[in-house]
Amino acid sequence: MKISEIRDLLDAEVLCCEDSLDQEVFTACGSDMMSDVLKYVKDQAVLLTGLCNPQVIRTAEMMDMVCIVFVRDKMPSDIMVSMAEDDDIVVMTTDKRMYEACGTLYANGLIGKAIHV
Amino acid sequence: MSEPLIFHFDVDGENFASAGQASTQVKKNLRQLGVPAATIRRVSIAMYEGEINMVIHANGGTADVIVSEDYIEIILADKGPGIPNIEQAMQEGFSTATDQIRSLGFGAGMGLPNMKRYTDTMEIDTMVGVGTTITMYVYL
Repeated sequence: MKISEIRDLLDAEVLCCEDSLDQEVFTACGSDMMSDVLKYVKDQAVLLTGLCNPQVIRTAEMMDMVCIVFVRDKMPSDIMVSMAEDDDIVVMTTDKRMYEACGTLYANGLIGKAIHV
Repeated sequence: MSEPLIFHFDVDGENFASAGQASTQVKKNLRQLGVPAATIRRVSIAMYEGEINMVIHANGGTADVIVSEDYIEIILADKGPGIPNIEQAMQEGFSTATDQIRSLGFGAGMGLPNMKRYTDTMEIDTMVGVGTTITMYVYL
């Protein structure tokens, strides 16, 4: 699935790195606990979260993720967006709740499985 | 690479927002050295979890990363409260973090297990009231 499709499906507002919207992604995970996110290694992953602090960006960076979707209308600070820009991570925000956002992406084909180390 | 490269960082225990800066820098350094991406990810995740732990539990500390031909060694040292029961601390889900830390996305009891998961060896040297040093190796 292209990141632009994620934007469209979630009716999300893109906050940075619009140049990367054509990038393909194969897996995603939704969590507000960053240590749970760090448990799984995936390629080209998307992070959906309702947590809104700089550690969300760092977690995505450590995992080589390429897109973060803030759910429930959460709006990252300018500093967070700037950090994401430095790492070429697309950041978007949607008013959808976590359950609906994850379900929508899954139902539309983003069903890649995590790889345990 | 003949001589090992050593990177040293002070981890600020006062600022949760800046936690992870050392791991970010190590990730950049390893990229410049041409270390494989999968290895970089293992090192940076393990170090990042350690950095977060130092900020949450120990008011900061130091991080040293030694890059040699055969391995990457990560040494995280703090003068925090120490770990009374290592076996318990290694169990997934066990945490002494406060609700405030959980609200920040950490403290799920995954830090130490994740550090062990992503490294080839991990040793914990700890003494209650004195501090903790964690040494991890990732082989190249």
